[in-house]
Amino acid sequence: MSKESISLRKEKGMFKKFIAGLGIIVLSGLSFVTSATAAQSQNIILATTTSVQDTGLLDVLIDAFQKKSGFIVKTIAVGTGQALAMGRLGEADILWVHSPIDEKKFVDEGYGINRTTFMHNDFVILGPKNDPAKVMDAKSAAEAFKKIAASRAFFVSRGDNSGTHKKEKLIWKEAGMSPDKNSYIEVGQGMAQTVAVANEKQGYVLADRSTYLSLKNSIDLIIIFEGDSSLINYYSLIRVNPEKFPKVNVQGAKALFNFLISKDSKEIIDNFGKEKFGRQLFFWDL
Amino acid sequence: MHFISEGFRKGITLIFGLNPEVLAILKLSLSVSIFATLIAVCIAVPLGSIIAIKKFPLKKIIIVLINTGMGLPPVVVGLFVALFLSRNGPLGFLQWLYTPRGMVLAQVIIATPIITGLSLAAVQSVDPKFYRQILALGATTRQSICILVKETRLAILAAVIAGFGSIISEVGAVMMVGGNIKGQTRVLTTATVLETNMGNFDIAIALGLILLTMSLIVNLALTFIQQSNTGQQK
Repeated sequence: MSKESISLRKEKGMFKKFIAGLGIIVLSGLSFVTSATAAQSQNIILATTTSVQDTGLLDVLIDAFQKKSGFIVKTIAVGTGQALAMGRLGEADILWVHSPIDEKKFVDEGYGINRTTFMHNDFVILGPKNDPAKVMDAKSAAEAFKKIAASRAFFVSRGDNSGTHKKEKLIWKEAGMSPDKNSYIEVGQGMAQTVAVANEKQGYVLADRSTYLSLKNSIDLIIIFEGDSSLINYYSLIRVNPEKFPKVNVQGAKALFNFLISKDSKEIIDNFGKEKFGRQLFFWDL
Repeated sequence: MHFISEGFRKGITLIFGLNPEVLAILKLSLSVSIFATLIAVCIAVPLGSIIAIKKFPLKKIIIVLINTGMGLPPVVVGLFVALFLSRNGPLGFLQWLYTPRGMVLAQVIIATPIITGLSLAAVQSVDPKFYRQILALGATTRQSICILVKETRLAILAAVIAGFGSIISEVGAVMMVGGNIKGQTRVLTTATVLETNMGNFDIAIALGLILLTMSLIVNLALTFIQQSNTGQQK
């Protein structure tokens, strides 16, 4: 027997080992993969906005709900625009969004049911301490925007069709003018990043109060304008219409909906942030 | 400057405090990426070797495609995998969206071309006379692939390291396919993004340090295996 054939035999042995190894990998993979999703009807897809997640409120609420109900919630935190788009495709079971006009349209078109406005917080206009556009004297949010545009100070916009971006566009409309192109920066990112850009550029920015409070210590911007009724930010729940999308998890969506409008949820929402930020961030309204 | 050094300080205490949430994130990151690398290796190494040794029409085009695949942007992979896995998508029945399985799938798609391309190059670098000699000795394709892979194992291990490195550090695909869900699909990279968004730079720095350390350990182990083999050869 020549050396070569022995080595070939050895290779054959190696190949068997390789196949055995493959088998083990596939088996271990299967167990890893099956443990990941036990029962699918237990999964609820909640499409929501980044402001709720970035403050940490979402995690607290969802933890409480999961413990109580046994459902598993898959929270997808995107802008309101994208959350509504997910609802339009039947890719979510329940939405938690903040853009009343678009929400009404969504329900009117038959995509959503049970729209319930259940909590609010508010927007603030942030800007540099020296307030170059003299926005502090403004009487309304629209007037504040007018002053910013007239002064050609930087204005940083979300630019991502989120609820905050939609609110901003509404205020520009109310102000009856569009921002100066050269000083208007659309970043297309989440609230915290947008505020960070405004901070670097020393520009103005419309932000929700909760994000501002969570970033307060790491930025130089201050609240320049607040308290106008047009700056109240209402959050609503909408269940995706199961008649339109039969794959929607109706039981799960109902359970989560009922939990979020319950007294248990009120307690969590009203007390959230008091410890960390020193004040109430969200107000439960029902 | 102060908040950066403060971030590092807090980050290090967080790592040594063995926070259970951080540990869970670390475990998921490792299991998803290692599992994806293993699957990718099983597909890519044989595939790369076959393409390297066989002659067939359009071979150059295939190689161009694989080399292009080596630069597949993770976000694009994430987008398409998410679309295919979505409830009403063609693979919706699997219900893999927002699960670790979906993340493994996306990472396999990212890593496979990288490992294929590099193993292909490795096997091609072997002297063609050597391959002809194996064939002349009566080896089957399977046997010759085994010999060639064994012969080029250092380069192939480098391919595996490159594949693993690309998926453990990518954020686009796991964010889209996994959804960054707490306790389910949150991995180190997506958690880092989230903590940055929340303004928790200290935790973000800590997660970044963990990711770096982990990459270092895995690569250290792989490199150790790789280099100890060269020692034996000599």
